[in-house]
Amino acid sequence: MRKIVIPGEIIESGESYLPGEGTEKKGEDIVSVKYGLAEESNKLVKVIPLSGVYLPRRGNVVIGKVENITFNGWVVDIGTADGAFLSLSEVPRYIDKNGLDELMGIGDMMIAKIVEINKRGIDLTIKVRGLGKIEEGLIIKINSNKVPRVIGKEGSMISIIKDETKCDITVGQNGLVWIQGATVEDELFAKKAIMFIVENSFVEGLTEEVKKWFEKNKK
Amino acid sequence: MAKKDSEKFERPDGRGVDETRKMSAKVGVIKNADGSAMFSFGDTIAIAAVYGPRKMHPQHMQDMEKGTLRYNYNMLSFSVTERIRPGPSRRSQEISKISQWAIEPVVMIDKFPGNVIDVYVSIIQANASTRCAGINAAALALAHAGIPMKDMVSSVSIGKLDKQLVVDLSKAEEDWEEGEGATDIPITMTGEGKVTHIQLDGKIGTKQLKEAIKLAKKACKDIYEVQKAALKESVDLKE
Amino acid sequence: METPRINQERIRKYLEQGKRFDGREFDEFREIIIETGASKKAEGSARVRIGKTEVIVGVKMDVATPYPDSPNKGNLMVTTELLPLSSDRFESGPPSIESIELARIIDRMIRESKFIELEKLCIKEGEKVWNISIDIYSINADGDLLDAAGIGTIAALMNTKIPKYNEETGRVVFGEWTNERLPVKKEVPLSITFHKIGNHFIVDPTQEEEDASETRVTIGSADGVISSMQKGNHVSLSVEELEHILDMSEKVWKHLISKIDKSLK
Repeated sequence: MRKIVIPGEIIESGESYLPGEGTEKKGEDIVSVKYGLAEESNKLVKVIPLSGVYLPRRGNVVIGKVENITFNGWVVDIGTADGAFLSLSEVPRYIDKNGLDELMGIGDMMIAKIVEINKRGIDLTIKVRGLGKIEEGLIIKINSNKVPRVIGKEGSMISIIKDETKCDITVGQNGLVWIQGATVEDELFAKKAIMFIVENSFVEGLTEEVKKWFEKNKK
Repeated sequence: MAKKDSEKFERPDGRGVDETRKMSAKVGVIKNADGSAMFSFGDTIAIAAVYGPRKMHPQHMQDMEKGTLRYNYNMLSFSVTERIRPGPSRRSQEISKISQWAIEPVVMIDKFPGNVIDVYVSIIQANASTRCAGINAAALALAHAGIPMKDMVSSVSIGKLDKQLVVDLSKAEEDWEEGEGATDIPITMTGEGKVTHIQLDGKIGTKQLKEAIKLAKKACKDIYEVQKAALKESVDLKE
Repeated sequence: METPRINQERIRKYLEQGKRFDGREFDEFREIIIETGASKKAEGSARVRIGKTEVIVGVKMDVATPYPDSPNKGNLMVTTELLPLSSDRFESGPPSIESIELARIIDRMIRESKFIELEKLCIKEGEKVWNISIDIYSINADGDLLDAAGIGTIAALMNTKIPKYNEETGRVVFGEWTNERLPVKKEVPLSITFHKIGNHFIVDPTQEEEDASETRVTIGSADGVISSMQKGNHVSLSVEELEHILDMSEKVWKHLISKIDKSLK
């Protein structure tokens, strides 16, 4: 079952059904609390949101912008209501307390990972390989709900785009995507491909459609 | 409402007594917003945009236990016959507050402690029932923004023109002068049928008021269907 | 989120190669859609989209005493509200300097070009004239609100019908209109804003391009006659650069007029 539901709508009714993400159980009914795509498998009913701001999760790789520098780290904007913070101790090399802005200044972009989410906010790290300051390229923003489609099963979709456009691409779970290619043209081509996926995210057999799109649009 | 009277009662635009004006609804009309919608009752057109949840400024106004829902209603200066000076008025401030209270019961704001969801509603063209159109657009925009909500809300104005109850007042009816004049009763209800907002000004007896509320319940169901269709139709599942 | 610096660097780099992200020429506008009569209670109104940027402009008329220094001319007032619903960059509250400047630039364009024949809006010299209030609202901000506001204002004015006036009471009969259109000149003034990014000038920036813009010059002109001009932002221009903009402006005006002419009628 795959159908669009709205808040307050009863998705399934019956004792055996379990309320998953985006739903609530009211008596025997599983009721949606979101505007999204309802799916049921093994009696677990959940609603995948079609829209809305990014909801951060531990372990997510995100792309963010330095908003401020404090005495012990960087305040980073990753598009969430609660702020994110990268502490000095989560940087892979020793940084002098006076040298923070030499590593990254206000306005710089970075790829980071969410280590922890607590009452104070979201803690980031760039200690893992592949994370760190973004020196150049293009940043584009897509709705965070479309990220799984752009990445594809085990990265299959994004691999196609990388191969066809010869670009390095990192998709942040927060909907920010970093593209770096040999030329600006390649980068814009990758951006176009990603927007194509975003606009056709509901199509079944999207992988085939994307391959066809590349055939049509290759220079 | 005596059956005899309702058969003869003529509304200025020829509608039946329990008929709303032609409604129209669409989501995604403002690309920058996290969620947005347009809703109209005939010539009354409202647009709504939702931003959030996002950081609340000023910080001292944050509610650390649950989030905050902020609602801002304004009418464009040229939406009415006599120009309204831009900027908030006492009327728009009151409507903003009432509308916030009309929607808040269904918004799960406890999921956003310390943060705010901003709802902005603008009336592009006014032919009465503007706060109701605004609330309908706002509910759509909130759902479109992926805000967790227990239910939708739908809003309509019920009127009494002299002794006759009617659904969805137009401006001409708001200005009704015959007999007992016009009584205006805007009401908002959840999809389940709970009342989240009711106002009244005019003159009406308890029995008729109860009937008015029943009329509202039915009209709200019709409005709910229009809202649901707008949300469902905005996605092409391409199946 | 303000456009990241690395994107701005890419925009500059691409401009060096003579290109813009969306494939447009430097002097090309995005798709423009004009819908007149967007708000029926207004004397005239228009909804304009340039790309994803959208504004709505309405004209309301009333009678009033004339300004002391123009006793036989109608009064003109332009206001702008950058609505928070149109962007997370705009806040509720008193008008920002951005909205005030926008309103005043559009005001000057309309006033100095004498597009509205204000002398024909005199009812009784020194005592009673028509008041024209132009109100501009942003609905979605994606760069170049200024030029969208300019087009919207012209479209709304060309769509404006004069309301009925009761000579006995000396008051306007609101909600009732004559068949008379607002008297406007044939030559249509348009505001065109040029933005400097690196060593290049572009028109109609997207939000990204506007964030990368170092300085801007708005020219209000009709068919080669310039009636208003405004430079904004704090980077300076060389005289050659200014001359280059002036050379571009007439050509861009012609293109723009041909693009929107049909929709304005």
